[in-house]
Amino acid sequence: MSAAPLMQENRPAAAAVRDVRRRSGRRRRAVLAALAAAVVVLFFAGVLLGSYTVTIPDFVRILAGERIPGASFIVMESKLPRAVTAVLIGAAFGISGHLFQTMLRNPLASPDIIGISYGASAAAVTAMVVFGATGAGVSLAALAGACVIAVSLHLLSRRGGASGARLVLMGIGFAAVLQAVVNFLLTRTDVRTAAESLVWLTGSLNSASWERAGIVAAALVVLIPAAVLLGRRLRVLELGDDFAAGLGLPVEGTRAGLLFTGVALAAVATAAAGPVAFVAFLAGPISRQLIGGRASLAAAALTGALILLAADFVAGNLLPGALPVGVVTGALGAPFLLWLLVSSNRVGRGG
Amino acid sequence: MQNKLEARDLVLSYADRTVVDGLTVELPAGKITVIVGANACGKSTLLRGLARLLKPASGVVELNGRNINSMPSREVARTLGLLPQTPNAPDGITVADLVGRGRYPHQGWFRQWNADDDAAVAAALEATGTLELAGRDIDELSGGQRQRVWIAMALAQQTDILLLDEPTTFLDVTHQVEVLDLVTDLNRRAGTTVVIVLHDLNLAARYADHLIAMKGGCIAAQGAPADVVTEELVQDVFGLEAAVIPDPVSGTPMVVPVGRHHSRPAPAAKNPAVGYLPNPHDSRHEHHNPMEAAS
Repeated sequence: MSAAPLMQENRPAAAAVRDVRRRSGRRRRAVLAALAAAVVVLFFAGVLLGSYTVTIPDFVRILAGERIPGASFIVMESKLPRAVTAVLIGAAFGISGHLFQTMLRNPLASPDIIGISYGASAAAVTAMVVFGATGAGVSLAALAGACVIAVSLHLLSRRGGASGARLVLMGIGFAAVLQAVVNFLLTRTDVRTAAESLVWLTGSLNSASWERAGIVAAALVVLIPAAVLLGRRLRVLELGDDFAAGLGLPVEGTRAGLLFTGVALAAVATAAAGPVAFVAFLAGPISRQLIGGRASLAAAALTGALILLAADFVAGNLLPGALPVGVVTGALGAPFLLWLLVSSNRVGRGG
Repeated sequence: MQNKLEARDLVLSYADRTVVDGLTVELPAGKITVIVGANACGKSTLLRGLARLLKPASGVVELNGRNINSMPSREVARTLGLLPQTPNAPDGITVADLVGRGRYPHQGWFRQWNADDDAAVAAALEATGTLELAGRDIDELSGGQRQRVWIAMALAQQTDILLLDEPTTFLDVTHQVEVLDLVTDLNRRAGTTVVIVLHDLNLAARYADHLIAMKGGCIAAQGAPADVVTEELVQDVFGLEAAVIPDPVSGTPMVVPVGRHHSRPAPAAKNPAVGYLPNPHDSRHEHHNPMEAAS
């Protein structure tokens, strides 16, 4: 290095840097393409297979507007909206988990661990048990509950610095309280309401409809671009607050924006299908393992969608009885993450 | 060259604890300034204040005559770079990717990565001798390599002023010297104004053009190392009894601590100033040392 003039134009060196950048980009794109392909395959498997199997020619005819007795209704009113909802909320959970885990530099810091999903649950169960709410009322309550917890976390963590571990501990504290509230309400109510509440708490796609999928899609049209733009700043923020501020990033504003976007994504998804267990928590670490250790928003989104589609397919076709999807997500995703962690022999790739 | 950095009557505090108390300093342009002092004397806090990471409770930090806290942060980041004490390396990214993040202040909502950025990253890697590491993962690097990569990242920012907070912490002596040599190369060849907070007085005296010794949030002494580092100052600032002798390699002052289990041989160290060559880089010697009259 001593011979080369410092900070001078050097074409071969710049080309080498470009090559490195393109190589790591290629790996990322290959993983993304594979994930996207898997999402497409599972999407159609979910729509076409099952208790009522639809052939591909029939499916094309249905999409073209032809009415096939029985099949048309099942595909258009049940299976298709269900699969679309699974993709949308899976992606929303995945992105939300990615934003939180990367921003707080802690793989535990996903919305389902740090109390945001519990806030939604407590509010939704209160609405169901105390006010007898159903459908949209439950969704609105869940949305409000998540936001209340997010604002409380933000305000509390501002006092004395928003370190990742601190916020995670606070969130787990909130979760414990809210879990107690949910348990209290469930033990006090009649068995039928309790059973309904439990299905919602587990997370279920049974109430999926075009209307609901439309609401989630409309929210994502706003939230995903916001997440992508903020995600670029996240690449600087994850170097540490001092470094980020030194590079000219408005640290506080960026953090607030990320928190808001992450909460909104988790809240919208939870309102639509309940707090589907562990999708937000697992999508980030699994996608990281697949991509070779680094975080990627797109990979987390696709992985979230994949987990939900796969879990719904397993719950609907491979297991007896129509289980809510949330029963399967954790049971399916967690062992997969464990297998990835054990099979990768590198240290420090926890998430 | 746009690199005039100064502080006037600067007061910096965390909550209600005042750490830097009414400090006025001008960092000489195009020189290497090293800030030394005991733990908790406010030297890292001063650096954070100079880098606008900490808003002054009163007083002002000026960059080229403008209040640094009222300038657009990105504009500051194109002139002044900072390497904090404990930067955080994200998992699973390559050296080239990490160094590339130093280009953030040169990018915008619409201006994305381009050939200039590749060239800047390449130059920074080359200057720090890390070009051959470009494709490696950060977590595969040794401590010394990693520190050079962090410096490369600060270089990729392409600023005229570079602030380094204890860049040699956790490095063995070989890598400490390597890092300081690297910073000196940068200063000598590109004229970058460098401000470093260091623990090691001997390395500070050797590499500084201008040395600032801090005590209790104020400047105890500043000037050329040969003028600043005296037995009296070491006693005053660090509370350490030490002999100060000329460094046999560089001729700069070298501090040899006495400690409780040794006593100094009487006559030789009586006049520490003998044998020093005045530092040709520095013409402004300020003497705040209260013991100065005694020598």
